[in-house]
Amino acid sequence: MKRNQSIIGLLILLALVAIASFLLYNLGSSWEFALRLRSLKIVAMVITSCCVAYSTIAFHTLTNNRILTPSIMGFESVYMLLQTILVFVYGDQTFHVLNSFGNFMLSIACMIGFAFIIYMLIYKKGRSNMYLLLLIGLILGILFNTLSAFMQLLIDPNDFFIIQGKMFASFNKINQHLLPYAAFILLLVLSIGVYMAKYLDVLALGREQAISLGLNYNSMVRLFLIMIAILVAVSTALIGPITFLGLLVANLTYELIRTHSHRLMIFACCLVSVITVVGGQFLMERAFNFSTPVSTIINFVGGGYFIYLLLKVKKI
Amino acid sequence: MIEVKHISKKYNDRVVLDDISVQFPKGKVTSLVGSNGAGKSTLLSIVSRLLTPDNGLVLVNGKPLTDYKNKVLARHLSVLKQFNHIGMKLTVQELVAFGRFPYSENRLNVDDQKIIANSIRYLDLENIADSFIDELSGGQKQRAYLAMVVAQDTEYILLDEPLNNLDMKHSVQIMKILRRLADELGKTIIMVLHDINFASHYSDYIVALKDGKIKYHDRTENIIEENILKDVFDIDFVISNSGSKKVCNYFNH
Repeated sequence: MKRNQSIIGLLILLALVAIASFLLYNLGSSWEFALRLRSLKIVAMVITSCCVAYSTIAFHTLTNNRILTPSIMGFESVYMLLQTILVFVYGDQTFHVLNSFGNFMLSIACMIGFAFIIYMLIYKKGRSNMYLLLLIGLILGILFNTLSAFMQLLIDPNDFFIIQGKMFASFNKINQHLLPYAAFILLLVLSIGVYMAKYLDVLALGREQAISLGLNYNSMVRLFLIMIAILVAVSTALIGPITFLGLLVANLTYELIRTHSHRLMIFACCLVSVITVVGGQFLMERAFNFSTPVSTIINFVGGGYFIYLLLKVKKI
Repeated sequence: MIEVKHISKKYNDRVVLDDISVQFPKGKVTSLVGSNGAGKSTLLSIVSRLLTPDNGLVLVNGKPLTDYKNKVLARHLSVLKQFNHIGMKLTVQELVAFGRFPYSENRLNVDDQKIIANSIRYLDLENIADSFIDELSGGQKQRAYLAMVVAQDTEYILLDEPLNNLDMKHSVQIMKILRRLADELGKTIIMVLHDINFASHYSDYIVALKDGKIKYHDRTENIIEENILKDVFDIDFVISNSGSKKVCNYFNH
């Protein structure tokens, strides 16, 4: 449709403007150094934005619900619990015991392992029950959060700062050495995901229709859940929890673009996501002088939008 | 031909289907009737691979359902149950195009386009082909989904209560389309129906279920008898003739 095309064109333009202004604004005299640092940040922001976009839209389609984010499955709680336990056990020695690469890998392994365990538990019973899955994820998430909070109370206040640094997503402290690994995994999963997007189109019709059209529903759902788990796990391990970004950008995209094609929808959502994150980061760095982390702003706006959705949509 | 052999299904301890064996003849319209909880929908779901039976076998053209690849089976057998609310914005044209998914996935070729256009014409949807599904009335929506099934071009079409929530005019319209699918295109149609008069007027065969067992299975005119229907539904029927068909009155039992 013409409308979709012009909106996508506009989004591409805006995304490019956001990226260009982030890269080039006020470069200063040592421009090579600044440009290198900024490009790294841009790469990380673009990749995580796309992961958040893909995982949220795929998750919405699987659950046939627009107000959930994959974080309801408890990934971020697992991540925070792991970080808290590490600091709880090793205190300020944490970084000596486990370097950032080890931590990164361990976080990913824990989150994906957690996802696998709850999928297995549920699919063992034969019938796939999406809502049971969500409920268990939600409850375990709350349990893990409470455990983390408990341990955070017990540890030394100095050690707590280490955890606090992990509690908010931030693009300022991206580890350059981790970026290539994360980028590799995420791009690999994203490209599989884009190829598989046609199956999301069919899954959106519902279980019966998907089976009638020849999909193996259960294994398809499981596959998408695993891809979502990997995307969320890797991007969380890279930059930290970024809960509401997905909700915000996915719903904005649904308002902007009218299509059943997930490929187009996800592409548009990636653009919206990049604009939000890069634009937000730019504003945060230039207008607010680093005073507030961009994730705080996103969570604030996203949270407000979530409440608006709840009030607006009677039928969820 | 679809053959069902010794199918059983339990939900927890409740037996829903108890050693069912039945054959559905090709190119005919067969209605499954019976009271609520008799096992009609469960049987239809098992035949259409939406549910797996505890015991027994479903053969499609002599080959067990489970031996088919999903994609191949989707070219032989389609099923239409109640439809979900779709989150995405989808036009009638795009919905019907999904019928070609088992053949071409999302790369539609010229033949697919032709079949999609024919299906839309067959269901008389040309004037609303570009409307969004969630803006249609119940009858239009049902026809749009049927068009998708027609585009899927399967020998067997299974329908679970295709008249659910439709008014009389649209019910008749749908039944006439189904009849044409069987008569003109040679499709085998198996459906769960609640209204015995629609079953009497539009089906060739009736399978009557009661308490998880097949009570009667015969040509429609042999089933629409006062004593048989009373046995199946536990209420009194008065049957009269209207043209060549029989009409059942069960309102003053």
